[in-house]
Amino acid sequence: MLEFLGYYNYWVFAILLMIGFYAVIARGNLIKKLLGLSIFQSAVFLMYITMDKVEGGTAPIIQPGATDQLYSNPLPQVLILTAIVVGVSTTALGLAIVVRIKDAYGSIEEHEIFEENQPQ
Amino acid sequence: MIIVFALFLLTLLVLTAIAVVRTENLFVAVMLMAIFSLLMAANFFILDAADVALTEAAVGAGVTTVIFLGALALTVERERSRRAGRGLALGVVSVIVLVLIYATFDKPRLGDPEAPVHQHVAPWYLEQTPELIGIPNVVTAVLGSFRGYDTLGEVFVVLAACIGVLFILGTAPPSHRAPKDSGETGLRHHLVPQVVGRLLIPFIILFGLYVQFHGEYGPGGGFQAGAIIATGLILHALLEGETAALRSIPRSFLLGMVAGGAMLYTLVGVAGIALGGNFLDYSVLAEDPVKGQQIGILAIEAGVGVTVCGALLSIFHAFAARD
Repeated sequence: MLEFLGYYNYWVFAILLMIGFYAVIARGNLIKKLLGLSIFQSAVFLMYITMDKVEGGTAPIIQPGATDQLYSNPLPQVLILTAIVVGVSTTALGLAIVVRIKDAYGSIEEHEIFEENQPQ
Repeated sequence: MIIVFALFLLTLLVLTAIAVVRTENLFVAVMLMAIFSLLMAANFFILDAADVALTEAAVGAGVTTVIFLGALALTVERERSRRAGRGLALGVVSVIVLVLIYATFDKPRLGDPEAPVHQHVAPWYLEQTPELIGIPNVVTAVLGSFRGYDTLGEVFVVLAACIGVLFILGTAPPSHRAPKDSGETGLRHHLVPQVVGRLLIPFIILFGLYVQFHGEYGPGGGFQAGAIIATGLILHALLEGETAALRSIPRSFLLGMVAGGAMLYTLVGVAGIALGGNFLDYSVLAEDPVKGQQIGILAIEAGVGVTVCGALLSIFHAFAARD
């Protein structure tokens, strides 16, 4: 039983990843697509952070004096820490493009934009 | 006990994500996304990633939500539903979920100390940080010193994204209206947010500065502090209105912050070369190599904080100014 619980984080990662992907491919609204992309991105963060956990470990901040303290892995944390901030910047870039698409086509629904683009 | 809590949080995370995708009101979706980020931050905290949890809470739940709302104000609040192709998408997605779940059985179990990821450089970082850098927070040490190149790259990505947003949104909208009279913007006429916000802003900024300068000893550092201070200043802009906020911190100053922080980081790296070391080698910055490392990390964290804060505020103002 506990053997399976150890994989639960990864299952949640897989499900979240695909929920985000579904929003990107099945929804026509561009902002919804970006929300889906954010969920997709968060799922990847969850997978990395899941890998950093060590049984019985604690956050990797060295406590002076404690000799046999186990610490979790700092490396995935560093990668994801910077990725989160980069993620918000790129999401903002995507939203800026959506705002300009709205200016140019008067809509942010995918199929309406395609219709507008159709050669007469 | 903690495992039950973790399972509960993860399940809630999936439910929130489904709700985000299902709802057709985009305003609701963005608000649910903020909850999703907070739940994610709690999960990160349970998984021992205090630094990441702090970042996710400040960036995901704070700044991202405000930027999404700014974009919603410029576009539409409801999506028009269209059913075509959903069945096929659902089928594809379900198959991939099953394949991915099947693949997870090859992964090491959660918390397994024998997992390959814990065998390579990570133990070296944990062992050598007290000796080589002399600061307790290993995450900050890896971020600032051991992997300084990566972080420099990330800072420039933030800078580039900020420049991109400003270029894309910098032009006037096609139907250019006369600017609204400045006295009426913001939440000035709402008493409760006004009073509570004014009380909170100084503490948010103080906490941001604490996170910035305590990043070597506890969870924190430039990325988190920049985001936290930016949320405080965005709250100020929401309460007092766009014009008042830009009067207190002009746009040119924000741009100076974005470029200046990245420059400071690069200059610290170049100073290493000038003093006879390698690029981003801080141990030559002072007589004592450990002291040099600490000075270098403090300086680059300051650069990171200034860039992140300036970039997030510039992006916010770029969206808010088009309203």
